[in-house]
Amino acid sequence: MVESPPDHPLIACHDCDLVYQETALPPGGEARCTRCGALLYRDTPACVQHSLAYCSAALLVFLLVNTFPILELETQGIHRNATLFGTALTLYQENMAPVAALVALTTLLAPALELSILCYLLLLLNLKRRPPGFAELMRLLQLVRPWGMVEVFLIGVLVSLVKLAHMAHVLPGLGLWSFGALILLMAASAGAFEPHEIWRQYEQCPNR
Amino acid sequence: MRKPHATPSAIPTSTSMGLISCHACGLLSSRALASLPCPRCGASLHHRKPDSLARTWAFLLAAFILYIPANLLPIMVTQSILGVSHDTILSGVLFLWISGAKGLALLVLVASVIVPLLKMMILVLLLLSVHFRSTWRIRQQTRLYCLLEVIGRWSMLDIFVVALLAALVRAGMLATIIPGAGALAFASVVVLTMLASLSFDPRLLWDSLDAKDD
Repeated sequence: MVESPPDHPLIACHDCDLVYQETALPPGGEARCTRCGALLYRDTPACVQHSLAYCSAALLVFLLVNTFPILELETQGIHRNATLFGTALTLYQENMAPVAALVALTTLLAPALELSILCYLLLLLNLKRRPPGFAELMRLLQLVRPWGMVEVFLIGVLVSLVKLAHMAHVLPGLGLWSFGALILLMAASAGAFEPHEIWRQYEQCPNR
Repeated sequence: MRKPHATPSAIPTSTSMGLISCHACGLLSSRALASLPCPRCGASLHHRKPDSLARTWAFLLAAFILYIPANLLPIMVTQSILGVSHDTILSGVLFLWISGAKGLALLVLVASVIVPLLKMMILVLLLLSVHFRSTWRIRQQTRLYCLLEVIGRWSMLDIFVVALLAALVRAGMLATIIPGAGALAFASVVVLTMLASLSFDPRLLWDSLDAKDD
């Protein structure tokens, strides 16, 4: 086994397996694998503070998105609206339980888990404390991330608007505007999040 | 055959250095810890994703088979006083194109027809590359793999549209929209291709190059 000094640990490219010795980066710089071009790590000293700001804002907006209707429809005196939860529920009532589960997973469960885990971990790290269950939650985060599809859902709302425009009066609900904000905040939070730096800060926290 | 501990002149991969990289937290540990928990995060350590090729092929073949009903069966059934109409993915695209939303029609065409097909083609290419130990443009192939993870999710678009339409257009109106059997098949294709790309390990592409260099 190759021993490495603690300040210059070894790191392997996750896409092609090439091993590098970590070096300090210029401010805002990033290290890419010379062989396959994959991103190895970035210099993000304020990563915890930045992603915490974005994901806590996103969590609040996520509550708004779920409280207010996303689309409202009016035709011949009949008024209907669709919320995120209502959309999944309708599929379930139409005997499409697997599709309902998939819609609920990708638009409700995955984003809710991702945002609450992030807020919890980053809040404690920001207070220089080791969050209990850190490793398990980091793994869960990695597991749910690919399944959150809020941005795809937003485009789906726009397509539905166009498809319904000829048969009824469709209004974008308050939930839709919150949805736009949610996507920007979640993208910013994911962009600011650097697992490599998070792990480093976790290991620097005093054990208690 | 590669030697377990290569000379320093060899390309320093974690394999040649007798190391194993944690798939969850990225920590490098000794190869001796294989299939034991990672000392930092507790995830089980694997040299490569377990049974990567077999799992990817299995998910991919299932996706290929379901891709046929996903396109042929109606994903949406509209009942109205004018009769019952069945919409497949392609007829939905056609409807958008005719009603003048050409940009949106192209978007749906790309997301629901081209992306799943492209995704399955790319996975076949990557799998064949690994099987034939090809070293042809593996850098570009690795980038293609990263692209898969970005574009794959967009195929869910049509499922969301059907779900929203069904939630809004219910009994009591001029029409009722219910999701068709195609929606189930199409959702399965999206999930299966996502599972296939998550099971694939791009480092397998580089293993054949590293084996040739030894």
